[in-house]
Amino acid sequence: MFEMEIVLPAVLNGIATGAVYALVALGLTLIYGVLHIVNFAHGSLLMLALYGVYFLYTLLGIDPYVALPIMVPVMFALGYALQRSVIATASHGREDNILLVTLGLSIIIDNLALYLWSADTRTINPSYAFDTVDFGIAFIAVPKLVSFLGALLVTVLLWLLIQRTDLGKAIRAVARERHGARLVGIDVEHIFAMSFGIGIACVGAAACLLLPSYYAHPGVGESFVIVAFTIVVLGGMGSFVGALVGGIIIGLTESLGGLFLGENLGRIGIFVIFIAILLFRPAGLFGQRAT
Amino acid sequence: MKTKGALVIALLVALIPLPLLVHSDFWLHFAIMTLYFALLGQAWNLLGGYGGQRSFGHAAFFGTGAYAAAMLQLDFGISPWAGLVLAGLLGAAAGALVGALSFRYGLRGSYFALVTLAFAEVFRIVADSVPFTGAGVGLQIPLRQSAANFQFADKAGFYAVILALTVLATGLAWWIENSRFGAALVAVRENENAARALGIDIDRTKLGAILISGALSGLAGSFYVQYYLYIDPRIAYGVEVSVAALLVPLIGGTGTVLGPLVGALALRTLNEVSGGLTGGAPGLNLVLYGALLIVILAFLPDGLVSLVTRLRRRHA
Amino acid sequence: MSNPQSIVTRRRVLAGAGATAIATLGAPAILRAQAKTVKVGIIHPVTGGVSYSGTQGRAGAQMAVEDINAKGGIKSLGGATIEALLADAQSKVDVAVSEIEKYNEAGVSAVVGGYASFICLATTQAAAKHGIPYVVDVGTDDRIISAGLTNTFRFSPGYGVFVKAAVPALKEINASAGNAAKTAIIVHEDSAFGTGTANLLAKELPGIGIEVLEIIKHPTPTLDFNNIVLTIKAKKPDIVIPANYYNEYVILARTMQQQKVRPKGIYSVLGGGASQYKFVKEFPQAAQYIMDCNHWYDPKKPAALELKKRTEAKHLFYTYEVFLNYNAVMLLADAIERAGSTDRAKITEALAASSWGGHFMPYGPTKFENGQNTGARAVNLQVQDNDIKVILPPEFANAKPVFPMPA
Repeated sequence: MFEMEIVLPAVLNGIATGAVYALVALGLTLIYGVLHIVNFAHGSLLMLALYGVYFLYTLLGIDPYVALPIMVPVMFALGYALQRSVIATASHGREDNILLVTLGLSIIIDNLALYLWSADTRTINPSYAFDTVDFGIAFIAVPKLVSFLGALLVTVLLWLLIQRTDLGKAIRAVARERHGARLVGIDVEHIFAMSFGIGIACVGAAACLLLPSYYAHPGVGESFVIVAFTIVVLGGMGSFVGALVGGIIIGLTESLGGLFLGENLGRIGIFVIFIAILLFRPAGLFGQRAT
Repeated sequence: MKTKGALVIALLVALIPLPLLVHSDFWLHFAIMTLYFALLGQAWNLLGGYGGQRSFGHAAFFGTGAYAAAMLQLDFGISPWAGLVLAGLLGAAAGALVGALSFRYGLRGSYFALVTLAFAEVFRIVADSVPFTGAGVGLQIPLRQSAANFQFADKAGFYAVILALTVLATGLAWWIENSRFGAALVAVRENENAARALGIDIDRTKLGAILISGALSGLAGSFYVQYYLYIDPRIAYGVEVSVAALLVPLIGGTGTVLGPLVGALALRTLNEVSGGLTGGAPGLNLVLYGALLIVILAFLPDGLVSLVTRLRRRHA
Repeated sequence: MSNPQSIVTRRRVLAGAGATAIATLGAPAILRAQAKTVKVGIIHPVTGGVSYSGTQGRAGAQMAVEDINAKGGIKSLGGATIEALLADAQSKVDVAVSEIEKYNEAGVSAVVGGYASFICLATTQAAAKHGIPYVVDVGTDDRIISAGLTNTFRFSPGYGVFVKAAVPALKEINASAGNAAKTAIIVHEDSAFGTGTANLLAKELPGIGIEVLEIIKHPTPTLDFNNIVLTIKAKKPDIVIPANYYNEYVILARTMQQQKVRPKGIYSVLGGGASQYKFVKEFPQAAQYIMDCNHWYDPKKPAALELKKRTEAKHLFYTYEVFLNYNAVMLLADAIERAGSTDRAKITEALAASSWGGHFMPYGPTKFENGQNTGARAVNLQVQDNDIKVILPPEFANAKPVFPMPA
């Protein structure tokens, strides 16, 4: 079972998948880093985005990758609106309530999807879906390769946005010291909403990259939310580098877990890591905040 | 508020003769399900409402009780009634495991919620993978109706059992409101540091709460198995159960004796009404629950029960 | 909240939401006595993990109901029509059981369907609680029949029959290829049907000289078969034996194609996608030469081909779920006709005594023993020339097996 000829492809697969997970987690860690809220609806919004990409493909014939410039702004707007209108008002700013409000949102979104689109798994079949690139040691599916590259690109863009733009500066200011930021004239509520919006825009990008090798299903949100949280906690809440590294680690865990423990038991690796990090090192690999 | 507890129990006792008046299976099923969710909700309430430790993974305790009840009958031939008791004990044990780890490492708030969710998922994956629990196939209890076998041909039998269990859970909530342990628990909820300064053993108090909460959840699990005669990893340890456990008290009113009952009744009624309106498409009732949760959090954070006190205050 | 929705009509909600007075009268019973229809519950998982099969099954059942009513209904009941009460099992056991309870409330005389073994195991038992006769449409797990439920009837074979047919057939096919196959890997889905089939195969295969290298299980749904295919690639079995549902079967086959894994043969037993026109049409390359031991119709009976035409006219593929459900409903109608009553016990008796010959399956004479039709049989099929051919047994065959798969 330890032959390189099966372990190496599994490793490569895991890294590619992990990069897309990282993309989802980046949005989540940004939201936590700035707003200090644990967005339980993150997975559900990814699920929604996956359906968006699915319908764009089946109804309008738009290829998932081509759909990026559509999905990203749409999801951004949705995120902005949700934070501004629902989350901020319903939780009255109380942190313990925010988790519950986002839980409520995830219940609504997941089940609205179930009601509208039923529980059948929706896959798309673009011509390149089962094409592979021969890397000598392994055949890697084309969609996986594209999603890996896409994830790296988005990470770079996000980093540039946060580090090199005025908006990014404002976001960093609010993240570090929101009252001070308010005092120097930054519209904190707007920055909150912008950050949430950017986080959800990342989710939109992730959906475009993910659908060709994955599927849309109302339950997808549930499974992704825990993966995303594991990565954020593993990497350290608020750390981009952490999210990327954490994502790849989790992708590898999932792939190798599935290979060695079977498809049923394989998923356990992720949760064991999650519990272990929460118990023994809640600040994560790169995080600075203590519990 | 404290005398209310006695009234609630009196109300439940008054419900005992219900099956004599109602012969419709449909209504009995409604009553049974309402009490069942009240039981589950009260279990969560003891830890999350009075204790302030809001778990997102109560399925871990429920499912352990359910599987225990099923496996003890199927593999060891133990009477399902003994299985009920053991389910409660094993549910408490699961609570002890989760609690010991989480509280020892000081997990609170969102972190506690997430770690309980992760535990429930671990249990689900294990149950899904090992032949011991029937893996993905699940476990089916053979149909053998008799009171001794905890399978009643007449729904009134199940009603009696769930009513008794709900009285037990409600009684425990009442006890918590009136006991030193309960006072300590609420103190821990309100301000851990102050509580510690008062000499309260934080970990022990929380552990006590999770033990009772786990036990009641395990009992609910055992009842489910006897009522539906089937259990599998998704039903036992899936997110649906955990969400139900917290929705009921949050909507009814956490930290109160009556809250989970009101919450269960409200949600079951909403369930039936929405079913009639939508003609059966899955999911809509949960959409309404989620919306109701947000509305409650926004406008009535102390739950439906607080409507009464608010109205009373206005007319005072 | 695990109590799901069924298609509850406004009438039923009012009946339920009415005063306790109505409740104590037990309205459904009164309605039943005066019915000019026979209420039959038809339940399938039309949403969820096995929804494709559930939808196909429902279509087959509905066509049968249409035919019965078009031909004048149940004559012994004065032309009473069959009123089909459709329910969605949502691919979940607890939902399905709740639907059976609702069927009981609604006063059905019988229930047909379930499709998946994991659903049927629970629904037959729930129906037995109320003495409702239940005709299993597919559900191949043999425990459905061996549970000792006197209300349960299955017209088609269980996986025991399939394995008993598949193994000697494989031996024969293997022998005529010079025993090219010596090793196998079984891939199965993890619920009742897959696990049961795999266990039985694992026991029988060594007896025909085939070593089982590994048994790989996976949940339904599983969308990524990369790891499983990598394992197959590493172990290099001569044949791969899948036992799972449609979606997973297709992804497995395609992933094998993608990773350039070509065993000498793919020999499925109750393979979810193997003998499926949908699979052959959509992925001809991946489907070519796959062998299967599965449900099939008698290609020599005109009624079978007529139904095929009718199904395809509805833009549906003619799959086993369709014709098995069609026959299940027809079997029930025949029983109701002979019972001359909507009474559950009388219909159950009539089913038990059934010798119905109006089907188009390659079966011997109908005879129920402990709920199983002992005349039911399995056939061996193979995809050749973008079509599905019967390769064994000889009396129904219209092609010869091709094994090993050409490179």
